[in-house]
Amino acid sequence: MADLSTTFAGIKSPNPFWLASAPPTNSAYQINKAFEQGWGGAVWKTIGAPVLNVSSRYGGYEYKGNKLVAINNVELISDRPLEVNLREIREVKKLWSGRAVIVSAMVESKPEAWHDVVMKIEDTGADGIELNYGCPHGMSERGMGAAVGQVPEYCTMITEWVTSVASIPVIVKLTPNVTDITKPALAAVQAKADALSLINTINSIIGVDLDNFQLKPNVGGKGSHGGYAGPAVKPVALHMLSAVAQEEAVQRVGLPISGMGGIQTWRDAAEFLLLGATSLQVCTAVMHYGFRIIEDLTEGLSNWLDEKGIKSVGEIIGASVPRVSDFGDFDLSYKVVARIDPETCTNCNLCYIACDEGAHQCIDLTVDGHKIDPASYAGSVKPIPVVREDDCVGCNLCSLVCPVDSCITMLEVDSGRDSITWKELTSQKPEVLNWDEMEKYRREVGIKIH
Amino acid sequence: MDGSKLSLDELKDRFSEIKPALSKREASIEANRCLYCFDAPCIAACPTSIDVPTFIHKISTDNVLGAATTILEANLLAATCSRVCPVEELCEGACVLGTDHKPIEIGRLQRYAMDYLYDRDLMPLTTAPPNGKKVAVIGAGPAGLSCAGELAKLGYQVTVLEKQNLPGGLSTYGIVVMREPIRIALEEVEFVKKLGVEIKTGVEVGKDISAKDLLEQYDAVFIATGMGKVPDLGIPGEDLSGVSEALSFIAETKLAEKEGLERLSKLPVGRRVAVIGAGNTAIDAATIAKRLGADNVTIVYRRSAEEMPAYDFEYEFIKNEGVEFRFLSQPLEILGENGQVSGLRCDKMQLGEPGDDGRHQVSPVPNSEFTLECDQVIKAIGQEKLLELFAAFELELKRGYVKVDETLRSSNPQVFAGGDCIRAGGLAMTVTATEDGKIAAKSIHNWLLETTS
Repeated sequence: MADLSTTFAGIKSPNPFWLASAPPTNSAYQINKAFEQGWGGAVWKTIGAPVLNVSSRYGGYEYKGNKLVAINNVELISDRPLEVNLREIREVKKLWSGRAVIVSAMVESKPEAWHDVVMKIEDTGADGIELNYGCPHGMSERGMGAAVGQVPEYCTMITEWVTSVASIPVIVKLTPNVTDITKPALAAVQAKADALSLINTINSIIGVDLDNFQLKPNVGGKGSHGGYAGPAVKPVALHMLSAVAQEEAVQRVGLPISGMGGIQTWRDAAEFLLLGATSLQVCTAVMHYGFRIIEDLTEGLSNWLDEKGIKSVGEIIGASVPRVSDFGDFDLSYKVVARIDPETCTNCNLCYIACDEGAHQCIDLTVDGHKIDPASYAGSVKPIPVVREDDCVGCNLCSLVCPVDSCITMLEVDSGRDSITWKELTSQKPEVLNWDEMEKYRREVGIKIH
Repeated sequence: MDGSKLSLDELKDRFSEIKPALSKREASIEANRCLYCFDAPCIAACPTSIDVPTFIHKISTDNVLGAATTILEANLLAATCSRVCPVEELCEGACVLGTDHKPIEIGRLQRYAMDYLYDRDLMPLTTAPPNGKKVAVIGAGPAGLSCAGELAKLGYQVTVLEKQNLPGGLSTYGIVVMREPIRIALEEVEFVKKLGVEIKTGVEVGKDISAKDLLEQYDAVFIATGMGKVPDLGIPGEDLSGVSEALSFIAETKLAEKEGLERLSKLPVGRRVAVIGAGNTAIDAATIAKRLGADNVTIVYRRSAEEMPAYDFEYEFIKNEGVEFRFLSQPLEILGENGQVSGLRCDKMQLGEPGDDGRHQVSPVPNSEFTLECDQVIKAIGQEKLLELFAAFELELKRGYVKVDETLRSSNPQVFAGGDCIRAGGLAMTVTATEDGKIAAKSIHNWLLETTS
């Protein structure tokens, strides 16, 4: 069994799976239950400024019969008294010395407020502090949460207030509700944060009730943007994670990143690790199914590592980061084409219509090797979709819509051209930026646009 | 009687597993349909309490090894159970999705996970270091294998003694090929052996080794012998050529299929076959006869359809196979010509008042005799109890079954028993036998811990 133990900014946990700061980490009762079932750590639901919550709070995104493909919420930070939270944090940490207990905090943007909460948190024996710069609703209007995370200067300032007094690791949690996530990330680095975590929830409206035109969730006839999370946000989170993990300033100081955003299974977890996360935070999956998912998260990850012959989870952290490239560095001569296996094809023709109307018109419907027109064809033999490989641009779309496993494969073929990137081409032949020259270049090297 | 007249291709069709394996994609879609209920009714409905939602969740994440591990932790005979369990009556019958649409195909998903494990020859279970204690298990069927495997996991040195040439019990010999090919049963045996269990075949207790020797040489004995031979009907003509009993008939097809379709095609089968009895074994024998190419197969039963001991879904199944029924018919004599079966003479019966067991009494209708033309008669009328063996261990019995307490301990404190030798009829399933093995292993373990501490 592979070693899943993790050290994150000096904080140790038996596995990389932490509960994210959210409703599942609202109380000692919940976190004790989670630790009993094997969770490696927990980030306590944000404590700090006094709040009043509303009802209702969550909205679910159901897609084609699948419940909670995503969730959004207008719940605020912890509404339990600060003292109760602090007492319970102390109890939990005492009981579970080997697990990571991090406390998320958000207070008014004043140095004394931050100093005070840092002292209180340190006093509990917690392993670290997570600065919540992400909450997109309710708190941001009061100058907290995303209001801080969206302005790099604020991010630096407040982080400095904390790092100047904190003796335990300080993790800055970033909001995805920005144009460029690396800006607030670098601001946190500049303020000597010990680690980053991302992503917080995304601004969203989950839907409208078609019966009564009410927004979801409906708070007494009104709705608002809420924080979007769950499986549907994973690709956004992976992108932001890789963007931050790639930053030279982050790599130079070896800043660990706690990745989150749609982690539901061990497969998701593995992807976050490969793109540079050292620890992982989970929320929506637990809100849907409970803490018990930890068994499959750890076992599945461990079985996968065993199968790959990898001894410890540390070996894969960031392993795919070097592959994250700019478009300008892609090899323009690399070529794949689609091939459809007629043996397993079920004649659903989704590939045909996707290619013909949604992409580049390089699949024909054929009978006995002859192209037919589906609008007029009346024969009894079912036509078979066939790719014209010379015309195929290798976009993948047909293989993405094909419902049959391995029926459509994307095959690497020799384009017959020397390897060259856009950056190389435009520096060697800047004239190709003119259409006539571009045409000439294409003819020279044999690039045919279908 | 000649061999099957069917082509090998047709035989292959007829003797392949009735429900095909799920493809990876099918399994993924089906697993994702599972709600992953908490405290789920399917767990409670499984006699071995397999954590169904957890294993299905693991299939949904493609942690198939983990799924198999979850299953095996509760049930070492899971590959067999996934094929032969009456899931409609157990887990799938309890599935919450059954209330408004289709229950999850739990059996086929379990099979998917077990096939994954056996195809790759993986061993996800760990065993404790040897504890120096020895246990003998009599019978290498599901109950015996389950008990042996569970004890081996706890560090016991376990020896299983099996009378037959092959281990596996009814999984090997008794379950029709289309439900479970012999290969699966033997793979499961190999898995239990890998846990450290020793299996000696061709060894009969009472003949090759005495009960007394066993009790002296082992710290505890688990009896999992199942049932004995099929009794005579006690009517004239039973010695005619063409008369056989259902279990041997099924066993022959199992062994033949193992050697290939060619061998299966040579098995003799009648053109017109009468099967006597209407339990699940009768249904199986009738199915086999029909699929081997018999023109006509008739089940002869002295009571009515309502009293049939076979499962309802088995009855539905067999009707689609084209098997005919003669209810309320009591065989009186097997008729013969030149030493070969030529017919079955029967009385028509009528239903009377319900008896002690709630089933209607039956009595012959005067002057109602008729003859069913047939060239093969298969008896499927239950099995005898192994009274001699039980007597050798000086065990108290209850209606011919070994009397046990809730820990499955017999009247002899050193002897435990489980499987078909402790219970009758419809409750005797592979999955209950497997659970018996688990319970007995736990009881033996607790007892030996107590006595040594």
